[in-house]
Amino acid sequence: MRDAFVTSTEEVLADPRTTVVLADISADAFEPAAARYPERVINVGIREQLMIGVAGGLALTGQRPVVHSYAPFLVERAYEQIKLDLDHQGVGAVLVGIGGSYDRAAAGRTHLGPADVALIDTLHGWTVHVPGHPDEVRPLLRDVVCGQDSAYLRLSIRTNSRAYPEAGDLRVVRDAGPGAPLLVAVGPVLDAAVAATADRAVTVAYTHRPRPFDTTGLRTLAGTEVILVEPYLAGTSARVVSEALADRPHRLLALGVGREDLRRYGSAEDHEHWHGLDAAGLRRSVDAFLT
Amino acid sequence: MTTTTATELGPLLDRVRAGREFGANVYSTLDVLQVLYDRVLRITPATVDDPDRDRFLLSKGHAVAGYYALLAARGFVPPEWLDDQGGPASRLGDHPDRTLVPGVEIGSGSLGHGLGLGVGTALGLRAQGRTGPRVYVLLGDAELDEGSNHEAIAYAGASGLGSLTAIVLDNRSATYGWPGGAASRFTVNGWSAATVDGRDHDALHAALTGHDDHRPHVVVTDGE
Repeated sequence: MRDAFVTSTEEVLADPRTTVVLADISADAFEPAAARYPERVINVGIREQLMIGVAGGLALTGQRPVVHSYAPFLVERAYEQIKLDLDHQGVGAVLVGIGGSYDRAAAGRTHLGPADVALIDTLHGWTVHVPGHPDEVRPLLRDVVCGQDSAYLRLSIRTNSRAYPEAGDLRVVRDAGPGAPLLVAVGPVLDAAVAATADRAVTVAYTHRPRPFDTTGLRTLAGTEVILVEPYLAGTSARVVSEALADRPHRLLALGVGREDLRRYGSAEDHEHWHGLDAAGLRRSVDAFLT
Repeated sequence: MTTTTATELGPLLDRVRAGREFGANVYSTLDVLQVLYDRVLRITPATVDDPDRDRFLLSKGHAVAGYYALLAARGFVPPEWLDDQGGPASRLGDHPDRTLVPGVEIGSGSLGHGLGLGVGTALGLRAQGRTGPRVYVLLGDAELDEGSNHEAIAYAGASGLGSLTAIVLDNRSATYGWPGGAASRFTVNGWSAATVDGRDHDALHAALTGHDDHRPHVVVTDGE
């Protein structure tokens, strides 16, 4: 997904408003673009607060900043800059994070970023895209760069086997009929969710755009049981789903990455297993919820 | 030397004050604000949206009272706005909001945000080929304690951001001080610097226009 992002960004740099802001992460990959657009590919060094402040200043002059780093540094370290230098100034930027959740688990807690979407969700009016396949990245980036508001594009090394570029609104991947339990999978957890429910009458819907969440689609598809599977902090979208279904009796199971610091290294697959987000873990949770 | 006792802004400042006490952080801004708006900045109430205007960013947003008085004196905001500053229907908060006050470039208050925004503003103007406008950011010496300012000082110096001027009003407010003077924090990072008496208008004017356009410039006022 990072390669797709770099290639797509080189395309959107053709628009003289577009300005890339980096803090050393991925700077090598952007070298060709920096050579071509030296005043619109800006690397501030390892300075994440400045990276967001610069984005705010650029936007104040009418530029469209694309700000990129590792998710924990981009969103968690510079949270107050995101709140004040973008939101409070009334200007927007496109933030592009890599390495959310446990992509680089062997590096330890400092490189884990499961809270990024929840933090962005404390702000107002942001679009959040969580692509589940590299082929979803290009159209999503073009969309948000062409806009004015703020957006967070959350890229991962985890991918589904198939791309659904148009799945901003909920897209039904498997239809179990009216009234069946509804499972909503966000981004790269779709394949595991489909495998986990292969022999159950569960409707599976996919989205790569948890904000704004497709609440209209949710109300159309949802029966009494709703299962939310997100590749970041468990329960991040529970608020949105609960509000959307507040006038209906329903039960909600919100699955995702747990809050505990596991203090374990290993691979992204290992952490997927420990957080119960692999097919077997999801199967256990869904079975317990529905029986 | 030319000096002022801020008599011109005094009555307007009294309307903002409404019985409250102001400290040195407010009074120390008055002289530099007058020199900036009278003799340096290319900005008027008619050009607040002109992309080629100079930018003035008040980073020490808690010292906003003098700024409001100045904006009223120069016609950016109606003087009547001063009378209910901070009230429930007021557009003038205890820290300024750029979306509510004409002529205000950034919403500030929380320390350590203005210089980063100023760096981005200078970069944006450069990317658009606008070589005319300069970007001035007003900070306090205690504000330099914030790490975000160190990031901005180091990067602006290293990248030779010649259209940027920082103004540090040194009231000796920083808890541990800045041995060697605040200017040294900038010059070691490649900035040009001038340290002047913050009440001497001619000296302030010379310092505020003393940049060489090849590197960022800082003006430190030697306050009381």
